[in-house]
Amino acid sequence: MQPDKARLRSLPARRKSANALFQGLCYAATALGLSALFLILGSLLYNGIGGLSLRVFTEITPGPGSQGGLLNAIVGSLIMTVLGVLVGTPIGILAGTFMAEYGRYDRVTPIVRFINDILLSAPSIIIGLFVYELVVVPMGGFSALAGAAALAIIVVPVVVRTTEDMLLLVPNPLREAAASIGAPRSVIIRSVCYKAAQAGIVTGILLAIARVSGETAPLLFTALGNLNFSLDLRSPMASLPLTINQFASSAYPEWQSLAWTGALIITAAVLLLSIAARVLMSKRSGP
Amino acid sequence: MVNIPMSSVSFVSRDLAVKRFAASDAFFRLLTRSAAYLVLTLLGGFLVTLAAGSWLALSTFGMGFFTSQSWNPNPDILKFGALAPIYGTIVTSAIAMALALPVGLGIAVFLTELCPLRLRRTIGTAIELLAGVPSIIYGMWGLFVLAPVLQNFENNYLVPALANVPVLSSVFAGPSYGQGVLTAGIILAIMVLPFIAAVSRDVFETVPPVLKEAAFGLGATTREVVRKVVLPYSRVGVIGGAMLALGRALGETMAVTFVIGNDPKVRASLLAPGTTISSSIANEFAEAKEAMHSSALVALGLVLFVITLIVLAAARLMLMRMNKRAGV
Repeated sequence: MQPDKARLRSLPARRKSANALFQGLCYAATALGLSALFLILGSLLYNGIGGLSLRVFTEITPGPGSQGGLLNAIVGSLIMTVLGVLVGTPIGILAGTFMAEYGRYDRVTPIVRFINDILLSAPSIIIGLFVYELVVVPMGGFSALAGAAALAIIVVPVVVRTTEDMLLLVPNPLREAAASIGAPRSVIIRSVCYKAAQAGIVTGILLAIARVSGETAPLLFTALGNLNFSLDLRSPMASLPLTINQFASSAYPEWQSLAWTGALIITAAVLLLSIAARVLMSKRSGP
Repeated sequence: MVNIPMSSVSFVSRDLAVKRFAASDAFFRLLTRSAAYLVLTLLGGFLVTLAAGSWLALSTFGMGFFTSQSWNPNPDILKFGALAPIYGTIVTSAIAMALALPVGLGIAVFLTELCPLRLRRTIGTAIELLAGVPSIIYGMWGLFVLAPVLQNFENNYLVPALANVPVLSSVFAGPSYGQGVLTAGIILAIMVLPFIAAVSRDVFETVPPVLKEAAFGLGATTREVVRKVVLPYSRVGVIGGAMLALGRALGETMAVTFVIGNDPKVRASLLAPGTTISSSIANEFAEAKEAMHSSALVALGLVLFVITLIVLAAARLMLMRMNKRAGV
């Protein structure tokens, strides 16, 4: 009787302490995770902000052991990102349109959705290899065009996903109202559905830009990188992540410090784009 | 009688307009359909291109490509075996998942059950934003900040402390250079952590509040509600999310390349340098002059793609099952 009674009495106590331990571990996990992540952002700020000056944006990347900026890398990143988004976005929007409008009950649509979801998280270095075989080898060398092609392939699944999701949210009575006054399907989609889903689609594009602007792996052997200022799309071009990659693994303190500054710029840009996307979305769903 | 020509004119122009509409509609429909098929062919295109590019290496080395760990790009030797990169990829991802999964689930439980409502949005948003930080940032931080700290800790405390423990002494054999398999695993863990936390939180939120309230009403503690109501309900989704994260860890390039030390050998010690599939490709592909060398690297890419394809497909199927049940 005695041990049994003791066990009965202690059951609530044991449940309580087990619960306290569990909750404590959850708090600890959150503290650990958040502090690791803020440690990274903190050291980025600490190491990068010192190098932030006007010359970063006005001078090109220096030779080893001398001073300079990141102008060519920033311009290269902008050019390739813009090209990649310009090519990838229309394809993504059209494919998303098919899945949500014409092909909503088509047999291929679930397959396209499945494949697109896989492409969304496929290793980006594989995309680099693909573009290398498809563009770099036939063109006979590394080029900004190949880099932009690789980025476009990354943009497509992001835009497909958001476009489809947003078009599916458009209420059917809107389409029916347009159809009842005689508008054909394509006009309904373009002037009613796109209008209604506008904010969501733009959000998708912003997220795609954020994703693409930090990509390094698919550019390693497509755009290659370039220490000089180049606007030629048929030759290798610098990009911010590529320059960070090269400078961070070098032994020169000037290069390393520029790498930190570049990392800070790119992280700030990516975070700003994601925040902008969020604000846009909440405005749309708000009152 | 006066009306007849008028109506016939308007009839003709209406007919023309309908025809024009029909034509433009068919064109737009075709355009969207071909864009969807383009997405479909991309995946097949990856596979075909990689298979074609890796043919030279795979036909030369055969099955030996997967069992040998000699990786020698010397133009006079040119022998390639993928064992070391495959081993490194699997071990770093396993370390990452072992570290990130419990912490990520803990954060998700905190966000759904324990966090005050006012903080919930803020912390949730912060974690989602951090999931978008480019991987090269994690790699750089690992190289400059984490690696020196780990090197100091491992050489001064970990290795001496485990020197006389039978198995652990060889798993954690020194000396540590800071860059190695363990460091890469830790960086990967930090990188996939926000992702796991965000996905698990979304999955936990699909649990109907009624179920949890019923359990709380019976007097269950938070721990019991999570273990006996939330986790059983959302198991498929949590596993799917974890496999999605695993897919990221397997294919991650930049975060690993900085900190793994890049040495194509299989070593027992986790503190020793190693290599992964993606970091081998990232390091060597642009400089590979010999056709056999590039082909071997493309073959590595094919192996990686097939592995991640299987993991990601399984993850998506699980998440789809989860969503079906939640009625999304």
